Amino acid sequence: MIEFVSFMVVALDSAVRLSVPLLLACLAGMYSERAGIVDIGLEGKMLVAAFAAGVTAFLVPNPWVGMLAAIAVAVLFALIHGYASINQRGNQIVSGVAINVLASGLTAVLGNAWFREGGRTPQLPGHARFQEITLPGADLVKDVPFLGTLYSDIISGHSAPVYLCILAVPLTWFVFYRTRFGLRLRAVGENPHAVDTAGISVMKMRYGAVIICGILCGMAGAYLAIGQSAGFNNDMTAGKGFIALAALIFAKWRPVPALGACFLFGLLDAVAIRLQGVALPMIGQVPVQAIQSLPYILTVILLAGFIGKAIPPRAAGMPYSKDR
Amino acid sequence: MTVSAVVMSGIDKRFGAVHANKSVDLDVAKGSIHGLIGENGAGKSTLMSILFGFYAADSGTITVDGKAVSIRSSADAISHGIGMVHQHFMLVDTFTVVENVMLGAEGGALTARGEALTRARLKELGKTYGLEVPLDTLVSELTVGELQRVEILKALVRDARVLILDEPTAVLTPTEVEQLFVMLRRLRDEGKTVIIVTHKLKEIMAVTDRVSVMRRGEMVAHLDTAATSPEALAEAMVGRRVVLRVDKGPAKPGATILTVRGLTVKDEKGVTRVNDVSLSVRAGEIVGIAGVSGNGQSELLEVLAGLRAPLKGEILLEGRPVESAAKNESKRLRKMGLRHVPEDRHRLGLVKEFSASESAILGCHDEAGYGSGPFLDAAAIRRDCEVKMSAFDVRPANPDLKTALFSGGNQQKIVLAREIERDPILLLVGQPTRGVDIGAIEFIHKRLIELRDRGKAILLVSVELDEIMALSDRILVMCAGEITGERTPERTDERDLGLLMAGVRERAA
Repeated sequence: MIEFVSFMVVALDSAVRLSVPLLLACLAGMYSERAGIVDIGLEGKMLVAAFAAGVTAFLVPNPWVGMLAAIAVAVLFALIHGYASINQRGNQIVSGVAINVLASGLTAVLGNAWFREGGRTPQLPGHARFQEITLPGADLVKDVPFLGTLYSDIISGHSAPVYLCILAVPLTWFVFYRTRFGLRLRAVGENPHAVDTAGISVMKMRYGAVIICGILCGMAGAYLAIGQSAGFNNDMTAGKGFIALAALIFAKWRPVPALGACFLFGLLDAVAIRLQGVALPMIGQVPVQAIQSLPYILTVILLAGFIGKAIPPRAAGMPYSKDR
Repeated sequence: MTVSAVVMSGIDKRFGAVHANKSVDLDVAKGSIHGLIGENGAGKSTLMSILFGFYAADSGTITVDGKAVSIRSSADAISHGIGMVHQHFMLVDTFTVVENVMLGAEGGALTARGEALTRARLKELGKTYGLEVPLDTLVSELTVGELQRVEILKALVRDARVLILDEPTAVLTPTEVEQLFVMLRRLRDEGKTVIIVTHKLKEIMAVTDRVSVMRRGEMVAHLDTAATSPEALAEAMVGRRVVLRVDKGPAKPGATILTVRGLTVKDEKGVTRVNDVSLSVRAGEIVGIAGVSGNGQSELLEVLAGLRAPLKGEILLEGRPVESAAKNESKRLRKMGLRHVPEDRHRLGLVKEFSASESAILGCHDEAGYGSGPFLDAAAIRRDCEVKMSAFDVRPANPDLKTALFSGGNQQKIVLAREIERDPILLLVGQPTRGVDIGAIEFIHKRLIELRDRGKAILLVSVELDEIMALSDRILVMCAGEITGERTPERTDERDLGLLMAGVRERAA
């Protein structure tokens, strides 16, 4: 029993860490898709952001500078996607795939050319990375059963981006449902013609959404490289951008359920890591891949209509032109 | 001395090779209802889109309330007090009425204050103009009439003094049209200016004070409605004399060709679209099905054409049962002599990317004349298309031209030629004149009557009451998937049919 509790505490604690990049990417996709721009390139943007963060934090040993660089690069890639899908009315899936391919190739080539460590960026010293923060009072309540453990071991002790990420959820909710920008953003993803005839620029709205998407992807990538790890590794996003898309569908494009979906997928990942090579009673050894594929399986079940219905924003993926 | 609300002068607009507006002038008096009439492609929508800032004119000036203005976007138009109700409603389905109305006029970065203001304004406007709508209902749950009211309210909340309505009656029942007109008169009496764009002569006569007629991008006439007639307007629209009435002799119905008994159809979502419908069509008669679009006529037509499976019921074609659910049924039905002119010719009738000659043999590829084995005989197909084009007066008579480049009327003639020339025993026709100009309507109606007089059975589905009244020998009215009444054209009128279309059943005889 005690073994199980300590297992769960460790798993939950690591689930928080693992779900942060998912949640940031998921919110990024939410802004984009709610505005009608399907973004399959979350993965690529996270990857270039992680690379930029790793390189910059090595040159200027300050994690915040690293994160700014990551955001700048991710926004640049987001703007490429925006230009292709908003101005040029290109196919958004094709553009997203192109960004993923470009990101994967570019980071490997540049990394190898600059540092000659097989595509990795050099190991960062502690002060160049995001440090864990102990929340006030965490040590005091450490021994209080349950709640104290929850606070000190699971909630406390993460780095700054984790808390920023969690704050982003209520903030996004507020933006979507309580602000003019959010109203217009939701409208432009459902019926851009209505937005245009109401005297609002569809193009400006969509670019706004795409830029926010870039910022959030930048934060996600920076967290991967200089929060969770001590530098950039080849293809270190490892499909997180796609799991974030799955979580986005799972959450039906809503911010609060996105928190739940990402945490669930993060937990599955954490459990998968802990169960590596462990034989469970009655079941035996579970292949890690089986657990890692659960997010996708759950999403397929959702899309097949077994758990409610996930209806995407109506204009998602469709380029806007005035002619009907 | 009348004051002008809007003056457009010398408006010129080209889209590539198409000269949509040729130095067009329009003068709309303040506090009037002004009609703008013309055939499809005459340029009236372009002109109104320019006034609302959707397109920029190549040249020309616009004056609003005596001041020269430059309108480069919808936001400019709105700021000059111009509002527009589009033919396809510009509403966000997942938003409530209040959210839709305040979109673009939120009154600040946060929505709370704007929402309260919008709510108050809507209540006030609802009282002033009799435009009541539920405020917190999702737009997707409203009726078409209510949606239109939301659109009008959207314009009024933005203090529109000039209201443009583009084909406002296309989707309304006759009763809803009446209500709309009452509303428009009220708006006019309160000092608003209304511009109504339509191709329906009757509505122009019923509601407007003045009317401007466009033809092929040019403004051809400005008339006082009281001093003109539908015939004169039609002549101005088409450029030649048009016979609005269809000449037809009495029907000589023969044997029963189509019998439908207790047909029930559910759609993909499990909603009953056709409910226990029974009907019959005899040789040598046209049976018209009237009803507001979306009341099950489309589904009925699709089932009869073998494109959709019914839930239950019986269909007999010349006494032989039709298994609509079977595979390849529509092909078998064609062999049995059933032909179908679908409602949506772009979706089911033609391939827009094909040349006219290719579109003209869709579904008939395997007939002997068009080739042998797996090979098509391009020359024969081309010759066949030339013959059909001259018989049906398709212009331009060029079989190699891409289907998409023909006008709506000429596309429809290609479909009709393909289906009628196969000498069907039963022809199913859906919306034969939707998006078709008056000249072509006349032609299409004549051909349908001709087919009837050759002893063929025709089932006609149309949302145009005039068309139903002019062509049908018997009229069935559908509402919510059920047949609410049967009439003969001599013994009914628009009001009577309108009640049936709204679901008001026949009183016990």
